[in-house]
Amino acid sequence: MRYLPLTPADRTEMLSVIGAPSIDALFADVPKEARLDGPIRGLPLHASELAVERHMTALGRKNTVAGEVPFFLGAGAYRHHVPASVDHLIQRGEFLTAYTPYQPEIAQGTLQMLFEFQTQVARMLGTDVANASMYDGSTACWEAIGMARRITKRAKAILSGGLHPHYVSVAKTMAKYTGDALDVALPELSAETDIDALIAKIDADTSCVVVQYPDILGRIADLTPLADACHANKALLIAVVTEPVAMGAIRAPGEMDADIVVGEGQSIGVGLQFGGPYVGLFGCKEKYVRQMPGRLCGETVDADGRRGFVLTLSTREQHIRREKATSNICTNSGLCALAFSVHMTLLGEAGLRRLAGLNHAGACRAAARLAKVPGVRVVNHTFFNEFTVDLGREARPIVRRLADEGVLAGVSLGRLYPGVAALENGLVVAVTETVTDEDIEALATALEGALEGALAA
Amino acid sequence: MSRYFTEDHEWIDVDGDTGTVGISDYAQGQLGDIVFVEVPDEGRQLTKGDEAAVVESVKAASDVYSPVSGNVVEGNAALADDPSLVNSDPEGEGWFFRIQLSDPSELEELMDEAAYEAFVAKL
Amino acid sequence: MSINQSGWKPTAPAKGEGAAPTFTGNKALMLEEPLIFEIGSTKTTGVDFAEGDVAHDRLGDLTRKAPIGLPGLSEQETVRHYTRLSRQNYAIDLGLFPLGSCTMKHNPRLNEKMARLPGFADVHPLQPVDTVQGALEVINQLAFWLIDLTGMHGVAMSPKAGAHGELCGILCIKAALEKRGEGHRKVVLVPESAHGTNPATAAFAGFTVEDIPATPDGRVDLDALTARLGPDVAAVMITNPNTCGLFERDLKAISDAVHAAGGYVYCDGANFNAIVGRVRPGDLGVDAMHINLHKTFSTPHGGGGPGSGPVVLSEALSPFGPLPFTERHGDGYITLVEEETVEDRHPDSFGRMTAFHGQMGMFTRALTYILSHGADGLRQVAEDAVLNANYVLRSLEDVLDAPFAASGPCMHEAIFSDKGFADGFSTIDAAKALIDEGFHPMTMYFPLVVHGAMLVEPTETESKAALDQFIGALRSVAERAKAGDPSLKTAPHFAPRSRLDETLAARKPVLVWKEPAPVAEAAE
Repeated sequence: MRYLPLTPADRTEMLSVIGAPSIDALFADVPKEARLDGPIRGLPLHASELAVERHMTALGRKNTVAGEVPFFLGAGAYRHHVPASVDHLIQRGEFLTAYTPYQPEIAQGTLQMLFEFQTQVARMLGTDVANASMYDGSTACWEAIGMARRITKRAKAILSGGLHPHYVSVAKTMAKYTGDALDVALPELSAETDIDALIAKIDADTSCVVVQYPDILGRIADLTPLADACHANKALLIAVVTEPVAMGAIRAPGEMDADIVVGEGQSIGVGLQFGGPYVGLFGCKEKYVRQMPGRLCGETVDADGRRGFVLTLSTREQHIRREKATSNICTNSGLCALAFSVHMTLLGEAGLRRLAGLNHAGACRAAARLAKVPGVRVVNHTFFNEFTVDLGREARPIVRRLADEGVLAGVSLGRLYPGVAALENGLVVAVTETVTDEDIEALATALEGALEGALAA
Repeated sequence: MSRYFTEDHEWIDVDGDTGTVGISDYAQGQLGDIVFVEVPDEGRQLTKGDEAAVVESVKAASDVYSPVSGNVVEGNAALADDPSLVNSDPEGEGWFFRIQLSDPSELEELMDEAAYEAFVAKL
Repeated sequence: MSINQSGWKPTAPAKGEGAAPTFTGNKALMLEEPLIFEIGSTKTTGVDFAEGDVAHDRLGDLTRKAPIGLPGLSEQETVRHYTRLSRQNYAIDLGLFPLGSCTMKHNPRLNEKMARLPGFADVHPLQPVDTVQGALEVINQLAFWLIDLTGMHGVAMSPKAGAHGELCGILCIKAALEKRGEGHRKVVLVPESAHGTNPATAAFAGFTVEDIPATPDGRVDLDALTARLGPDVAAVMITNPNTCGLFERDLKAISDAVHAAGGYVYCDGANFNAIVGRVRPGDLGVDAMHINLHKTFSTPHGGGGPGSGPVVLSEALSPFGPLPFTERHGDGYITLVEEETVEDRHPDSFGRMTAFHGQMGMFTRALTYILSHGADGLRQVAEDAVLNANYVLRSLEDVLDAPFAASGPCMHEAIFSDKGFADGFSTIDAAKALIDEGFHPMTMYFPLVVHGAMLVEPTETESKAALDQFIGALRSVAERAKAGDPSLKTAPHFAPRSRLDETLAARKPVLVWKEPAPVAEAAE
C-alpha cells in the first residue's frame, strides 16, 4: 500500500510498546456485533497507480470537454483562460497541504495571501472590506441575507427575478428553517431589469433587496436608485456578482452604495470543474464587519514588532460562539481563493480591464451575428459578456441537438426554469475571451440549421 | 452607595434607584485581553438574568447578565473605542451600563463584597 | 609555480561570532516578502492578450471609470511572490502535522493529476446530461463507495464542507419530523465535547441546543442522555469516535433509545478515518453522518478549504435529501434529478443547498484515493491510524497527563492536558515550542472538556521514524514546561514570525491594505 509507510515489523514493535496483543485489541471498544471481520465484501481491493489512472481517464473521456468544442455556457460558471503559473503555484505543497492558519507563526504565507485576497476582492466589488472566502456564490448569497436579518432585525428579503434561480433555490431552502420571508419573482424575457418593481416592493419590514449584476439574462442596470430606496427604508442592498471579470468593465456595486456585495469568484483562476469547488466572494461596508460570516484575516505585529497577519474577529465564529455564531461555516475555500488571487495578481488592473474589454467585444460580435439568424431575437439592450436570445421556440431541445452536433450553445432557460412556458424560448449565451470568431460562426450556422429544420418540420 | 456581586461575576453599584453594572476583576482576569464590548442601548428593558451585554477576548465571548431588572439609562460609550478599560479598571472606568432598578428587592439575592471574595476563593 | 591570483584561499570554516542584521531583513533562504500592493503596479500585467477592439458599447453608461487599485506583477514576479510566501507555511509535505480532529494525512499527487484531466476540470455544470456521463459516473461511483463503507441507505453529495454536511443532515431530520407532523420537537442534544459546528448548525436550523454531560472516562453519559429524551427531542448529535479520541461504546444503545423516543441520531463523521473499513456507522443505528472528504479521503486542505461533506443517510432520512442528485438507470445511463423532476420522484426533498452539484473536483480526488486503497487498504488505514495514535499515547503518558489513558485504547487521536506544567505555563507554550522543533502543533484547548487540551492525531501516513522523532520532541518540550523553562514563553524563536499580537488585530481590525499616509501627515 503505497501511502502507508508502516512495515509489518514496525506494527509488531509498536504493539509491544503499547502493550496490546493485536490490532484487534485496539478496537476492543467497538461492540462485537458491529465489528467487521475483514475488508467489506463485494468492493474492489487496492489498485496500482497505473490501474487507477486508466479507470479515471476512461471516465473522463466520456465527457465533452468545453475547450474542444465551440462553447457558450455561462449562467453562473464561466470558461476563462487560466495562466499556467496559477495552477503551478497552487500546487506548491506549502499551500496545497497546509491547514487553516491557526498557528500564524508558521502560516504567514497563507495569511498574507488571504490579506491580499481580501483587499483585491474589496477593491473589485467596491466594498470597504471582504472576508477570506465562502464556499461559493450561492451560499455567500444566502449568508448575506442572514447577515441583513441580523443587522436590520427584520426578516423579509426581496429577491430580484434576475437572481440566478439556483441562488434563489438555496435561499428558499434555508429560509424554510430560519423563518425568513422571501419575496421572489421570475425574470421576464425583456430588455428591462426589474429594478423599478423591486423599489416598489420595499417597505418597513424589508431587511434587504437582493439583485444580481449583471443579472441571469445578462442585463445590467444602475443600482444607485435601488440603493437609495433601500436606505430610505433602512433596508440593505445586497448585490450578487456571478461574473467577476465584469468588474473590469462596469461600475462596482459598492460604488453604487450596495451594503453587501457577494459573488462567485470561479471565473478568475478556478476553472469550470463541473460546478465545484468554487470560491464565494463576500464584501461589505466596514460598519457591518462584526456581523459578517466566515474567516477574516487581519494585520498585526509580532513580539519583535514585525508586520504579520492573523485570523481575527474569530468570536463571530462557530468554534468560539457555538450556537450563537454568525454562521456554521468552518472550512472555506482557501485554495480557490489563492488561485483567484494569483490570477488577479497576474492580470493587475490593466489586465483585468483588457480582459473584460475583450469579453465584451466578443459578446457584442456574437450578439450582432446571432441577430442575423432568422428566428432569433436578441433580448438584451445591455450586457457584459453574456446575453439572452429568444429562439421563437423551445430552446432546450435545440441545445441538446446542437450538443449532438458538437456545439455547446449556451444554457437554455428551460433548464434553469423548468415548466415556465414564458421563458422556455430563451437561451443564455456567454462569450469569453476563449471564444473565437470561428466558434461564433459555428454557433450561428448550427442555430440556423436547427431553426430552419424546426420550421420545416 | 453599596456594591453587590452575582455568581456570574457581574457587580452593581447602587445609588438611589440607579445601578451601575460591570464585570469583576476576577472575571476580566479569566478572560484575558478584552478586545470588544457590546453594551445595551439606552431604553432597553431588562429582566434580572437577561443577556445584557457581550464581552470578548480573542479566544472567548461571554454574555453579561443583568443582575437586576430595570430600564437601561446609559451604556458606556467609552468601551467601544477602548475595550481595554475593562482590563485596566474593571470595577471603575470599565463599567458596562447604568440601569434604573424596577425592583430594588432583587438586590437582596446578591452577594456583598466579602461574600463574593469568599465565593471566588473557592473557585 | 604560478601564484593564485584570485584571492580565494579555501580554509576550513571558522566558528562564527554571531551575525550582524542583514540589510534586507532576509535570513538566507528565509526571505521577507512585501505585499503585492507595495511591489506591483496597476499598469503592469503578467498576461498577454489578443489584439482587437474593446469598445464598451453595450454597457449602458455603466463603464467603470474610477481607478480600481488592483496591482499587477509580471509572470516572473508573480511566481516569485507566491513561492516566497509559500515558504513561510508549514505543510504536510514538510512534516508531521498532528492537528487533532483535522486528519492531516498525506495528499497523494495522483489525486491532483486525475482532477486535472480535461474531462473533469474543463466541464461546465450545466452542459446537457448526455455530454457529462463520465462526470456523473464519478459522482455515482463515489456515492456507492460511501454507502457501502458506512452501511447506510443513501447519500447526499452536494454539501460543500463538513459544516455544510451537518446542516444537510439536520435539515433532513427537520424535514422528516415535519412530514411526521412532529415539527414541535425543538431540542437537539449535543455532548459538551462536540465540535463548535454542531451547536452552530442546530441553532441555525431553529433548534434549541442542550448539552449532555460526559462521564469521567470521556464518553457520553448514557444515563443522563436517556433521562433527557422525550417528546421534545428532535435529535442527538454525536461524534464517533469522539473528540477525546474514544470510541463511543454505547452508541448502539444510544441510537436505540433515541429512536424509541422518536428522535434521530446525527453522527459527526469528522473522525471516520479511525474506523473506516472496521465499523459501519449504519450498524450502530446512525441516521445521518457527514464525511469530510478532506479528512478521511485525503483531498488536500489547501490552507483552509475547499472541503467536501457528503452526507450518508438512513432509509428513514434518504427521501428528504437535497437536490440535485444522480440516478443510474438499468442501461448504465445516469440522469440528474433536479427541480423539474422533483415533484414526481423525490417529493420530500428539502431542496437545494448550493448551485450545481457539489465539489466535483474533490469527488474526483476522493474516488482516486478510494480506488487506490480498495476495501483492504481502507481497513488498513483505520488500523494504522489507531496504532499510531496509541503508540504516541503510550510513549508519552509517563511525561504528559493523559486524562483518559485509563479509559482503554484511544482511536485515531491521543489527548493530553497541561496538568503538571509549572505555574504560569500552559498548552500554548508547549505548542509554540513544538514549532521550533520543526512540527506543526497539535490541536490546542479543544475539546473544551479537558483543561489545556492537546489533541494529537498523527494519522496513518506517518512512518515509525517520524513518530519517534515527534515523540522525542514533545517529550522534551513537556519536560521543559514542567521545569518552567522561561524560553518556552517566548517560543517560537526560529519561525518566520514570533508570537503575533492577536489582541491588537481584534481591537483595531485592519482587514484590507490601505495606502500609507504621506510621511508629513504621518509624522504629526
